[in-house]
Amino acid sequence: MLQVSVIRRRPQFSLEASFAAPAPGVIALFGRSGSGKTTLVNLIAGLLAPDSGMIRLGSDTLTDTEAGLSVPAQQRRIGYVFQDGRLFPHLTVAANLRYGLKRARQAPRIIGFEEVVALLGLERLLARRPYQLSGGEVQRVALGRALLAQPRLLLLDEPLASVDLPRREEVLPYLEALRDRLAIPMVYVSHQFEEVVRLATYLVLLEGGRVLAQGTLGEMSLRPELQAIVGPDMVGAVLDGSVTRVDAENGTTDLAVGAGTLQVSLRGAPLGARVRLQVLARDVILALQPVQGLSVRNALPGTVTRVTSDEFGALVTMDVGGAAVLARITHAALAALQLKPGDAAWTLFKAVSTRGRAFAFPAGGRAAGDPAR
Amino acid sequence: MNGLLGPPELEALRLSLAVATRSVLFSLPLAVLAAWVLARVRLPGRWLLDALVHLPLVLPPVAVGYVLLLLFGARGALGGWLHAHFGIQLAFTTAGAALATAVITFPLMVRAIRLSVENIDRGLEDAARTLGAGALDRFLSVTLPLMLPGVLAGAVLAFAAGLGEFGAVITFAANIPGVTRTLPLALYTAMQSPSGDALALRLALLSFALGLLGVLAAELLVRRVRHLIGRP
Repeated sequence: MLQVSVIRRRPQFSLEASFAAPAPGVIALFGRSGSGKTTLVNLIAGLLAPDSGMIRLGSDTLTDTEAGLSVPAQQRRIGYVFQDGRLFPHLTVAANLRYGLKRARQAPRIIGFEEVVALLGLERLLARRPYQLSGGEVQRVALGRALLAQPRLLLLDEPLASVDLPRREEVLPYLEALRDRLAIPMVYVSHQFEEVVRLATYLVLLEGGRVLAQGTLGEMSLRPELQAIVGPDMVGAVLDGSVTRVDAENGTTDLAVGAGTLQVSLRGAPLGARVRLQVLARDVILALQPVQGLSVRNALPGTVTRVTSDEFGALVTMDVGGAAVLARITHAALAALQLKPGDAAWTLFKAVSTRGRAFAFPAGGRAAGDPAR
Repeated sequence: MNGLLGPPELEALRLSLAVATRSVLFSLPLAVLAAWVLARVRLPGRWLLDALVHLPLVLPPVAVGYVLLLLFGARGALGGWLHAHFGIQLAFTTAGAALATAVITFPLMVRAIRLSVENIDRGLEDAARTLGAGALDRFLSVTLPLMLPGVLAGAVLAFAAGLGEFGAVITFAANIPGVTRTLPLALYTAMQSPSGDALALRLALLSFALGLLGVLAAELLVRRVRHLIGRP
């Protein structure tokens, strides 16, 4: 459990944030630029001090202004991967990696040098200098350096912000591997919702220095506060399920989600593997009667639980066998179907339009697919 | 002219090198400290320290030499104490010439080093902190190596300038052949002598060559070291 309750007031920016998130897990701090994400992370790291408040990791108190307690940053054992990497330019990659390791001799050993090098694919980079690395490589080395300091918590402040979009795939699979194989709690700062969907288990939504909402990713994906930030195109329920049937010939996989079964396009996830998928609201069709003769692979009976309206149309929340799915329909469609909470309706969406990804957290379950691909 | 450098030139050159070397060795640690404090520490009286460090730059060197004489002379407060307790005499000695040179070149050195401190990304020190490095550890493992180009530039520049310090040296350490008669003092003496024209010219050329060499060496060294610390 990571508990944070802090106040820090400055003329330009004030932060007043509280959250409590399960750890281990990946806690995403999500919000627009200037919402206070980096300030919050710096407070957790101990690089900034709050005017008042407390920060607690498990049973350890890191900051408690009432008790006059503040563990210095260098004694917190909290790893930090900065937006810009911040590798030491006068040291080789190997020496950068060993910097924290050398200073963590007293700490319980989580991971060793060879293991980090193998996990992050750094073999070829060890003799290089930071200026000889690409943006993605810099962040992988920074990640390795932070891990080797044997942290109890890993802070990642938009680690992909300075990495070109296509190059982000050089880093993201490693972050997934980290989540699924090591039990180090992580705080992941981002304003890219795709990254959050891929990585996070818990979401803290920040706006103007305050926590707007917090909860598991599944819960939060249904919240209107989140929809306002991610925009109409990215709105959609995030569901976690496990593989019940693999159809290798057709490249589809059946997933048990709640009490129902969904069919999605997904290759490489073995039977029993846990998978996360996002069903975008704009890809979901609602029908009052069962429909025949359609190519749509998923047609599930459900109940309307909520209907909201905004400038982009109506957003209908459906309870489909215990799982919640969002559907975006036009105002005209809503008027024609006359949907209101409690009504029964069929929820249809295509197997190819859902994004499924291996998501094997908490560890112990089988890793699905090869995270490094 | 048989041989470019005769005994008087060699003697002056040797003394100049000895004085400049000692002055750099003496002032470097202090200059690193002063530069770091000026660049990083938010002290209430920092402007005063800043002014004090830069004072020798604007004062007449003769005045600096005179103040040193008052302080470190045989009857000066510090001079008397040093002589009584350690048997050290500074006024009218080679060591004294080095002290006078150090005081004059100090601002030059501090400026070069301070610039390099201000160029260091403080985020690197924060990163070191999160990796478990305490204050002294951070300074030695991150800040100091990254300051190195500035430290070297400052040292070489102060050395080159130190070869030619005149006013403070002649006031505090006098013009004693073989002890404090460095290149500029020898040049001045030669100019005063009716038959010293040729010697004066050779000493002037020698000073010129040394200065040029010093400035070039500083540039070259800084480039090498910048590369060494990964700033191509």
